[in-house]
Amino acid sequence: MKLDNIYQEEKKSNFAKVSEIIITMASRPSGFIGLSILIFHVILAFISPYIAPYDFKAINPTLMLQAPSAEYWFGTDDLGRDVFTRTILGGRTALTITFFGSLIALLWGGLLGIFCGLVGGKTDDIVMRIVDAFLSIPWILAMLLIVSLLGTSTEVLIPALGFFYGKGIVRVARAATHDVIAKDFIVSARARGHSNFSIIWNEIIPNVRDAILVEGAMRWSWMLLGFSSLSFLGFGVSPPTPDWGLMISNARGLMSFAYWSVIAPIVGLSSLIIGINLTADAFAKALGIDRSTKAPV
Amino acid sequence: MTEIIQKVKNLSIGFKSKKGEEILILRNISTNIKKGETVGIVGESGSGKSTLALAMMGYVKHGLFTIGGECEFNSSNLLKMKNRDLEKIRGRKIAMIPQNAGQALTPNLKIGYQIDEALQLHSDLKEEEREQKISELLNKVRLPSPETIALRYPHELSGGQQQRVAVAMALAGTPDLLLLDEPTTGLDVTTQAHVLELLNFIAKDTGTSMVYVSHDLGAIAQVSDRIIVMYSGEIVLEGPSRDILKKPIHPYTYGLLKSIPKLSLAGLPQSMPGSQPQPGTMHRGCSFFDRCDFSEEKCKNNSPQLEYLEELNTSVRCFNHKSLMNDSQVNQTVNKIKTSLQDKEILNLSEVSISYAKQKLLDQVLNRISDENPTVKDININIKKGETIALVGESGSGKSTILKSIAGLLRTKGGIIKFDRNRNLSSDLKERDPNDLRIIQLIFQNPDESLNPNHTVEEIIAQPLKLYFGLKGEQLKKNIIDLLQKVRLGEFYTSRYPRQLSGGEKQRVAVARAFAAKPDIILCDEVTSALDVSVQAAVLNLLQQLKEDFGTTYIFVSHDLAVVRAISDRVAVLYQGRLCEVGPSKDVYQFPSHPYTEVLLGAVLEPDPDIKPKLVAEDIVEEKPPQKGCSFQGRCSRILGDICKNEVPPWQITNSGNSIRCHIPLKELQKDQIN
Repeated sequence: MKLDNIYQEEKKSNFAKVSEIIITMASRPSGFIGLSILIFHVILAFISPYIAPYDFKAINPTLMLQAPSAEYWFGTDDLGRDVFTRTILGGRTALTITFFGSLIALLWGGLLGIFCGLVGGKTDDIVMRIVDAFLSIPWILAMLLIVSLLGTSTEVLIPALGFFYGKGIVRVARAATHDVIAKDFIVSARARGHSNFSIIWNEIIPNVRDAILVEGAMRWSWMLLGFSSLSFLGFGVSPPTPDWGLMISNARGLMSFAYWSVIAPIVGLSSLIIGINLTADAFAKALGIDRSTKAPV
Repeated sequence: MTEIIQKVKNLSIGFKSKKGEEILILRNISTNIKKGETVGIVGESGSGKSTLALAMMGYVKHGLFTIGGECEFNSSNLLKMKNRDLEKIRGRKIAMIPQNAGQALTPNLKIGYQIDEALQLHSDLKEEEREQKISELLNKVRLPSPETIALRYPHELSGGQQQRVAVAMALAGTPDLLLLDEPTTGLDVTTQAHVLELLNFIAKDTGTSMVYVSHDLGAIAQVSDRIIVMYSGEIVLEGPSRDILKKPIHPYTYGLLKSIPKLSLAGLPQSMPGSQPQPGTMHRGCSFFDRCDFSEEKCKNNSPQLEYLEELNTSVRCFNHKSLMNDSQVNQTVNKIKTSLQDKEILNLSEVSISYAKQKLLDQVLNRISDENPTVKDININIKKGETIALVGESGSGKSTILKSIAGLLRTKGGIIKFDRNRNLSSDLKERDPNDLRIIQLIFQNPDESLNPNHTVEEIIAQPLKLYFGLKGEQLKKNIIDLLQKVRLGEFYTSRYPRQLSGGEKQRVAVARAFAAKPDIILCDEVTSALDVSVQAAVLNLLQQLKEDFGTTYIFVSHDLAVVRAISDRVAVLYQGRLCEVGPSKDVYQFPSHPYTEVLLGAVLEPDPDIKPKLVAEDIVEEKPPQKGCSFQGRCSRILGDICKNEVPPWQITNSGNSIRCHIPLKELQKDQIN
């Protein structure tokens, strides 16, 4: 019986694993579209300062509210600024802040959730009630309070967003931990006398990592929407820095006669959110397929 | 000639692999089910037996599809039928009894309601008639007081009772064919024997044909008239039950029967090498070639056809069946177990009691556990170095609970656990020092759960080595390979993940991990019950070999008395968390026995149509141990009266050193039991 040859599978490098997952994701139409949109936005965020045709803050009253033309592709806004320039630059701040915000959310939410799931008992009860209490506060009110007290700098926004979006991850990580905690390999590690840290790092994280990453990717798109809402309300990015939320807010009164000034940032924002959502979905599916390699006997 | 009710013709079922290849689960199956007969389909996991049974009611699992052939019932092909037509047949003509009745019953509907639903669908009875029919059905499956059972919810019934309800529901449509998919696998030994007896009765009483799917030859032997043995998606042997069990003419069946431990034989049965090929890995030749003791050159390249032997009324798929035919019977040889029993005591449990009761606030504050009637009580066992002691009992007997306390995973309520005569082991894990943790290692029932799916074999075995001995680099690698060789696995296994291993290989890795700590005591919790029969023997042999090499002590928990008989030196029988009988295994398996041991021994199913189980006591399930008196008073058929209810029975010691805890004098016990 030469089953050996079939199962002979070299231990893959992490790079090979990641690229395999990405290929699986891209092999479905929805995953391909999502990934393309996301990659397009990320590349755009990097190169937009170099390809922007005009100065994003150059005000020119003579060019107020021009319709799209060969010269100004997406037209101009109420201060005569080029909408195309401002649109391609408008996602940079949002993307950066929410990316790091999600990382923070993943880190503290994931770790706290795993810890609560493992330890259980009174510690778990107390921590989870506190998390519940925070979950019941409308995040936007809390964010407005924080921003108005501490200002709208990046150093304030990233941890604040990270904190508010991490609460949900605590629950997901805790639930995922509960699924593995009852398994015998955890009991076995406990009986051998491993420390809690070692159990979390070696036994639990490899098994809950996927669930938490998928949740984190979902949170990223929500956070993007949330951050844009803050900008829309005037508590995110401060003018004249171009930002989609801010642009939508500024141009919303002109929607009836200068639709171009509001449509471009709307398309930018919603396509990025859809892109992240589709990618997160495909990511979850790619991981799910990887897990069920058993023959359906 | 009797009427054929189900005809399976050249049936092949398979799935498409990722690469688009057709992979066959069932290969060219043809068989007939006659009216009124019970056919047993036996095979290891992955042999396609459940797929065949499901196909017999026109169902193909999601992801699988029919590649060729048909299943004919009442001269129409079920596999080509429309769903609407199938609905008329399923339940009415063909009914199914699932493995896990607890999950098959809707949890929030009363039993009576669910049976009534089946009656409404599958019969034309009026309301008053249905009422009567419900209690009639519940009576037929021998449930006590049908009127009260009908008003209960599924969770209020025991596993055996749930299975009976499932049988009653299947009978509601008075089917011609009853399919049973491992109906007794999840049940306790005594319950299993009772359910099988019931099924036998129903088969005779109603004349229904039955197809009984199981991996357990013991259960199959009790019910079936004809046996189909499946291997790797093919029928390898088909014939009358008695002939197949007494004179198997296929090497696989022969090997299978040899590898099953039996009550009458002390010692380990021989194991079959290798494992069943995975679907899709088959090449040319006989699928059993690699594991066969009788294989020849021609078996390698030519696959044998199913050959019908007129004189035996048997079909066999083997070139060499003639030579096996002369080999008249299964001569089971066993490897006698060697005991390197030393007179040194290694573990001592005295007056241990364990409680699952929830602590009250006052007790929590005072950090004590109070429970008048704990789950486990009065456990006194001395375990000698190099001994294999087995804890035996049905589910709820507290055997795993005791194991957990020894491992430090569960706090005891009282009593002392002593290691090596002088070292007290705390029952709290945190209070044990690393060396105390090292000397006791655990092997679990299900290797799927006990090995981290995201770790390679190397990482799994490295854990205890790093933790206890701080090994690194080359030395670590060398130790891992050494351990793998000891459990008969090659070096190339290091980079594999558990999902790439077979059940037996996974359990070997778990064994290697336990031995990596160089422990003095290994706690084995049902280590073979998740494995196939042929693999079970191999793992038992391996454990015995390792024990002889290292002088380890095993505490072996099992519900399977035949397995326990094969491997253990001493047996402790538990009921409701109380010891009933302790003694050397050869004496425990002889009379006089504690009445509970007698019940257990009577219920063991052997793969021999001549040995019928003896049903001594009712299979009632008790929720809680009795407040006072003997723990077995509720089910004992030999109960004396008030003395059993009020006084804890004394330990009586037989001539051979067997201790029995019963009020009945030994002589009387022996006299009654031998008759």
